[in-house]
Amino acid sequence: MARKLTFSKAINEAMDIAMERDNKVILIGEDVAGGATVDHLQDEEAWGGVFGVTQGLGNKYGRKRVIDMPIAEAGYMGAAVAAAVTGLRPISELMFNDFIGSCLDEVMNQGAKIRYMFGGKAEVPLTIRTSHGAGAGAAAQHSQSLYGMFTAIPGLKVVVPSNPYDAKGLLLSAIEDSDIVAFFEDKTLYSMKGEVPEGYYTIPLGQAEIKRSGDDLTIVAIGKMVHVAEEAANELAKQGVETEIIDPRSLSPLDEDTILQSVDKTGCLLIIDEANPRCNAATDISAMVVDKGFDSLDAPIKMVTAPHAPVPFARNLENLYIPNTSTVVQTAKEMIGKLTLSR
Amino acid sequence: MDKNKAHWIYAKMNDIRNFENQVQKIFSTGVIPGFVHLYAGEEAIAVGVCAHLNKDDYITSTHRGHGHCIAKGCDLNGMMAEIFGKETGLCNGKGGSMHIADLEVGMLGANGIVGGGFPLAVGAGLSSYVQGTDSVSVCFFGDGANNHGTFHEGINIAAALKLPVIFVAENNGFGEATPFEYATSAKTIAERAKAYNIPGVRVNGNDVMEVYAATEKAVKRAKNGEGPTLIEALTYRTHGHFEGDNQAYKSEADKEKWPVDIDCIKKFKEYALQNDLLSEEELTEIERASEQAVQEAVEFAHNSKEPSAETLTENVYVAYRQ
Repeated sequence: MARKLTFSKAINEAMDIAMERDNKVILIGEDVAGGATVDHLQDEEAWGGVFGVTQGLGNKYGRKRVIDMPIAEAGYMGAAVAAAVTGLRPISELMFNDFIGSCLDEVMNQGAKIRYMFGGKAEVPLTIRTSHGAGAGAAAQHSQSLYGMFTAIPGLKVVVPSNPYDAKGLLLSAIEDSDIVAFFEDKTLYSMKGEVPEGYYTIPLGQAEIKRSGDDLTIVAIGKMVHVAEEAANELAKQGVETEIIDPRSLSPLDEDTILQSVDKTGCLLIIDEANPRCNAATDISAMVVDKGFDSLDAPIKMVTAPHAPVPFARNLENLYIPNTSTVVQTAKEMIGKLTLSR
Repeated sequence: MDKNKAHWIYAKMNDIRNFENQVQKIFSTGVIPGFVHLYAGEEAIAVGVCAHLNKDDYITSTHRGHGHCIAKGCDLNGMMAEIFGKETGLCNGKGGSMHIADLEVGMLGANGIVGGGFPLAVGAGLSSYVQGTDSVSVCFFGDGANNHGTFHEGINIAAALKLPVIFVAENNGFGEATPFEYATSAKTIAERAKAYNIPGVRVNGNDVMEVYAATEKAVKRAKNGEGPTLIEALTYRTHGHFEGDNQAYKSEADKEKWPVDIDCIKKFKEYALQNDLLSEEELTEIERASEQAVQEAVEFAHNSKEPSAETLTENVYVAYRQ
């Protein structure tokens, strides 16, 4: 039986391996060690990030490589950019992706553009690890899924893992990558367990995974939505509909070929994205397929997303906000039903 | 200080303590979604400051905002229902603990973003200045926020334009799990006022009378058009950053550095008795009434309905044509 780890521990292990292999890798952020300078604090009790994802790294690599930062995102994110340009390979943790509001200039106008503006004479090997997603009752300013916004910015790479195995392999690739990579961790997946091999391995950025093969319908799902797609596919299989599920794993670069090939086979595309419905990853993928694979389509592309509203606090509203299996099944059946009638 | 003011202060401090104790208890049962950051122990700051404010004045708050809301006059029922995520909440269940707001009483919102309140308080001050009203605005913030860019930008704007804003630092020793001394290069928050050419004072934040006196001066200065004041109120976070935090980063030595031995409510009770502001009977009656009011708020919240499904997409815009 292969070893199982949580999503959180898999991410921790990737950082551990990267820091072991390369002493230029450092980790900075708010409370990434936790209780910095508190003499009595045993490391196993230290926070290791607000979700405990970085636990143990401060003890192992010391406070010169795992550095707690003041609550000053613009300051330390900008510093991470230039530390990357000048020889380090930082992992900078943005506690919640919503806090990009406090350091967008540093990421968008500085980091993402430096290589281009400098005529290709600089590299920015920075990994921004950040949490996203609704479902934790964290309300409007701590629950968004903003990877689409990052995907729109040239110079940034964007990774959204859906499971522990991918999280480890993709994070190692992200850290080794010589561009800025924004690495999105769904906070409601942290406790999810899955098989994770020991030791070093990488998964290349820009390579989607076909999670399930089917001939009737393609579902492209992002991050946690892969699990919603899998549940929906099980439901649909009972009703005779065979679904192909694609997990893009990285949104920038995007594995267009795998998506287009699947749509060419099924003729039908449904995209699930927890982000708000305008200008998100789903609309981007949809536009790409319409542009490059229109002739493959037998039906209009459908998207299941959150509504055009902030994330609500009340539990019942938050549950309605997040795309769910029954909506996906219903949407898929409508698509397939219309198709059967027209065929 | 007159008897009425003393009554108000003691009642509000009790309301906050009772409210937070109830929230802590209920949170542990899983009824309240998300997470809560409790204010119990720091009551003297919110109450000492808001004792000088009226409905036309504004405050901005933080993630640890329940105390500010109560001191500024938010309804306990509406607050508790909001924290439960109910339709009768002050924000109809849309905001939750970190986003309680009530413009009717000048409460511009708790805030989920550290440092989010500075520019908002400056904006309320600007509004007052341009419209020629008498209102002042107060920005409550924690020691963690004093290193955020918005602290410096906000205070500088208010100082340069002499806006009626008061910046109140609640230095409780920790920004999340990080000690104040580690994250802040200055020895005190108050001394940063020098850089903006405004008064900066440090007071015992567990002594409501000290907070009250410092705020009185700051309000006068603001209303005279002389600009902002920075007040640093020293206190101690007796709770964790959030409920469930193991607080391993705290030590006995840490606690000795801060005035933890002084419970701000007990301290004011003694003061009120010694100065004949409130009798034993009056104090007991205030305590009883406060406990009852909070208990009623809990029942109100429990008995309220969840928001209806259609409210999910309501209130995103005033108007939106599709």
